[in-house]
Amino acid sequence: MSSRLPRGGRLIDRARPVAFSFNGTRLKGFAGDTLASALLGSGRSLVGRSFKYHRPRGVYASGAEEPNALVSLGTGDRMEPNQRATTTELFAGLEARSQNHWPSLETDLGAVSAGMAKFLPAGFYYKTFIQPRAAWKHLFEPVIRRSAGLGPAPAAGARDPDRYEHFHAFADVLVVGAGIAGLTAARRAGAAGARVLLLEQAPHAGGRALADGGRIDGADAHDWVAAQLAALAQMPNVTVRLRTQAAGVYDHGYVLAGERVADHTPGDGRPRHRLWRIRAGHIITATGAIERPLAFAGNDRPGVMLASAVRDYVTLYGVSPGDRTVLVTGNDDAYRTALALLDAGLTVPAVLDVRARAEGPLAQAVRARGVRVETGRGVALAWGGRRGVTSVGICAQAGEGAVLEEIGCDCVAVSGGWSPVVHLWSHCGGKLRWDEAAAMFVPDPARPPLNHDGRAMVTAAGAASGALRADAALADAAAAADRVAQALDLSPSEAPAPRAETVDEAAPEAVWMMPHGAPAALREKAFLDFQNDVKVSDVQLAAQEGFESVEHAKRYTTLGMATDQGKLSNINGLAVLSQSLGAPIPQVGTTTFRPPYTPLSFGAITGAARGELFKPVRKTAIDGWLAAQGAHWEPVGDWRRPYAIPRPGESVEDAVTREVLNTRRNVGLLDASTLGKILVKGPDAAKFLDLIYTNMMSTLKVGRCRYGLMCTENGFLFDDGVVARLSEDSFLCHTTSGGSDRVHAWMEEWLQTEWWDFRVYTANLTEQHAQIAVVGPKARQVLEALEGMDLGRETLPFMGFAEGTLAGIPARVHRISFSGELSFEVAVPAGRGQAFWDACLEAGAAHGIQPYGTEALHVMRAEKGFIMIGDETDGTVTPHDLNLGWAVSKKKQDFIGKRAMERTHLTDPDRKQLVGLATLDPAEVLPDGAHAVEGAPRPDGIAGMIGHVTSSYFSPTLDRSIAMALIRGGSRRMGQVLRFEVEPGRAIEATVVDPVFLDPEGERQNV
Amino acid sequence: MLLLTCPCCGVSAEETEFHPGGEAHLKRSGPGSDDAAFRDYLFARKNPRGVHFERWRHAFGCGKWFHAARCTATLEVFGTYAAQTAAPPAHVLEAIRARRPDWISEWEQDR
Repeated sequence: MSSRLPRGGRLIDRARPVAFSFNGTRLKGFAGDTLASALLGSGRSLVGRSFKYHRPRGVYASGAEEPNALVSLGTGDRMEPNQRATTTELFAGLEARSQNHWPSLETDLGAVSAGMAKFLPAGFYYKTFIQPRAAWKHLFEPVIRRSAGLGPAPAAGARDPDRYEHFHAFADVLVVGAGIAGLTAARRAGAAGARVLLLEQAPHAGGRALADGGRIDGADAHDWVAAQLAALAQMPNVTVRLRTQAAGVYDHGYVLAGERVADHTPGDGRPRHRLWRIRAGHIITATGAIERPLAFAGNDRPGVMLASAVRDYVTLYGVSPGDRTVLVTGNDDAYRTALALLDAGLTVPAVLDVRARAEGPLAQAVRARGVRVETGRGVALAWGGRRGVTSVGICAQAGEGAVLEEIGCDCVAVSGGWSPVVHLWSHCGGKLRWDEAAAMFVPDPARPPLNHDGRAMVTAAGAASGALRADAALADAAAAADRVAQALDLSPSEAPAPRAETVDEAAPEAVWMMPHGAPAALREKAFLDFQNDVKVSDVQLAAQEGFESVEHAKRYTTLGMATDQGKLSNINGLAVLSQSLGAPIPQVGTTTFRPPYTPLSFGAITGAARGELFKPVRKTAIDGWLAAQGAHWEPVGDWRRPYAIPRPGESVEDAVTREVLNTRRNVGLLDASTLGKILVKGPDAAKFLDLIYTNMMSTLKVGRCRYGLMCTENGFLFDDGVVARLSEDSFLCHTTSGGSDRVHAWMEEWLQTEWWDFRVYTANLTEQHAQIAVVGPKARQVLEALEGMDLGRETLPFMGFAEGTLAGIPARVHRISFSGELSFEVAVPAGRGQAFWDACLEAGAAHGIQPYGTEALHVMRAEKGFIMIGDETDGTVTPHDLNLGWAVSKKKQDFIGKRAMERTHLTDPDRKQLVGLATLDPAEVLPDGAHAVEGAPRPDGIAGMIGHVTSSYFSPTLDRSIAMALIRGGSRRMGQVLRFEVEPGRAIEATVVDPVFLDPEGERQNV
Repeated sequence: MLLLTCPCCGVSAEETEFHPGGEAHLKRSGPGSDDAAFRDYLFARKNPRGVHFERWRHAFGCGKWFHAARCTATLEVFGTYAAQTAAPPAHVLEAIRARRPDWISEWEQDR
């Protein structure tokens, strides 16, 4: 059982005890602990249950690679599942809960017995639970969902109360990892004059040197680390950030990093996480290496740990993972763990070394302290219970697992060798090379990820490049920094590279399965991926069933697909696959490394973009007045517009009816400011607009308006609006509310990339003018009361426009109508918009003026059969489909979309065409989008669909429902009754009619 | 996320500051063109693994369209140039050839 040692622990402060809770039990750790070290120090070896079999699991590692020790942190709105205990800093009041068990961690009814496990092999979910089909939804899926999965999701109503932010940073050289290699690289790049950013995921610098010790440049390694940090702090061109993990490398030196700013100091007012968005000239990955587990039966029992992790807990946190630790290894480095344990006064009953000889200085030193070192040996089986391992059976590594001897122990420290952390190197296309002697994939410097200039943008340094030993790592990092400085046209530092005193290490031996000839009974208990419960037998089964590609085998077995993304399991898994396939490891290759290295919180990704800041709302000059009236809003493009302006106690529906009727009978006031207004000016403006619009605009007379259509090159309608000719060389083009930016960009695109010889300028004036529509039979009386302009029928006829002054405000008055009523759209400077609105209300009071919203506008335009872009159009509709052929010039030689309109599909008389619909029951309103069906049902039971409803309203003016629809061959169907199946067994019938329901002669607007 | 330099205003900026516009140097087929030519103008696009000419707009900057010569495999940018041209300028072709000696240019006849 694990416990806190009486002494030691470089990172903890025993003078500062810290109280926390685990599954509701109050426990104690020290400042500087991780949650994992505090749990181990409190004797908690069992920390969770596995994903598939619910097997008891303990802490396995000491860093970001941890697969087992996942906990739910916090409560209520701050509850967050699947947090790694090994990277969670302890703080007073921390509340952690273990996951994936019921009813309790100790007694889990979901635990799958060894016998049952046979029925859950690789890909079992593809093979079982298939019949009967109904059972999947009602029986199998609910059971599987309950038993699988990790931590619970936060409650549906939970709202993260913490603050998050983004931070943009720029560096000549980004160094990732502040171990001895990263410190060296940062210092040398900084000395060369580069702007350097050094990121370290842990709360402290030093990497493995903190636990492994040794001497660098004559000083103890940890003192050397402190001296480097102090020197970097003195360099104004170097920034060092701890608790910040580079999560992903993207194109052209773009790097995302997650900083855990206040996870360990909750509630101190700082943002919890900060997402760094870094653009780096060059990236040096000094990300170290991760130790590999060994695959033997029972290797997942609590108490089995990485040898390096055992060393970390003893040295850094003063925690004993167990009283009696058996060390199992294929390399010399792991002997350091035996020495650390012995130094702490703990017992090492045996070292099992798979190699034939263990004569290196480290092995000799361990032997010299009286420890039994067995060569050519491995573990056949680890025995134990739910609290952890109790003994191991020794066997010959070369054999089939016959147990030679059983050794009692409560901890097994394992080392299958080391894998450089190549994730960041690989994210953007850096290639790997298999180092046969060291049995590891290392970055291939000849095939690096490339920058925008075609040069390497990432350089791996230290252990991350395969230089595992301290002396090699320092030399490698110094050389890397110098190369990068040269590439950036800087003079490399002339100081000598730091030198480490190291002991020789004998060649390691890779072990992919223990023992080498393990029979099925053992392979079925030897785990590769602890988090997803993937065993050696699963990968072998996948190979046997033909999943030979490593990417296929991964997905079939789920190897490496858990939240740890296989940091411990991937290399072992692909080695087992390669053995099963009889192919060499480099030929099998690795799966793709994808960002992020460890999960980023959604909060960090979101940053400040939530709530009001998620998307800014565009507001018109009248917005404040409308808000004060209690307007019911709807989004239109980026704007908010009033759907209706209900009176106190009035329903929104009733308000729409009132607004429509008042506008038709008296006079209504509409805030139309959101309409796009684009000024097109220049000697070639008329020629240009003839190409942009389907109609002829060059013949438009100064002082007149014309409704125009714009098509894409496909011949499909995409925007419409009224064009006013202000002068011989300038036009004001109105666009839809949502389309102003799009149309402006469209005009610019053609001017800049196709007709760049045209002398035309465009300017988007949408926000320069408030535009207010005064609409209704009494509209002229209201505006005449404002004084300043003659708006009589002869002076300003329908489709005319005039400039002048109304109520003392400069105004441009357009006699255009989207309602079919007498209507004036008045543009005034945006800053005078509210004043003009107030003047209209005052002058209109005697005439019954009332503001109206967008829904009344929609109802009135539908009563007139006017189309709305986005309702009647969907990107596949031509002007002809909408009976707007009159607005498509036959005289012009060219306009955008003209050629497409000659294509056979666009001239097909059976295209869907716009029609009006009158339901047989005038009170029944068709649902928007309802499909018209015709003929016998197809074999799948669905009748032939011939079109759909595009707009549908109840018309207060006509006191009946009205609708428009696009119907195949619609123009030839006048008088037909169509069926709209609105739900199974219920159809609404409607007669095809002309879409202009009200005043087809236009007498109301032309007065 | 790419880094691009706008040849109009000279700013080097993040990809998010630009708006992509697809293949560059398309020749517009207007009224009078035959069906095949018009189809190709509307729909047929090159999708090379390697050197490619693209249209971009400095949408959140000066607003100008420009062209970029880029490698779709390595994302290397060989150069950017003004959009008011029917063919890549000589200095861009030279920059590409310096980096990709085996590249077969369809613009040879324009040199």
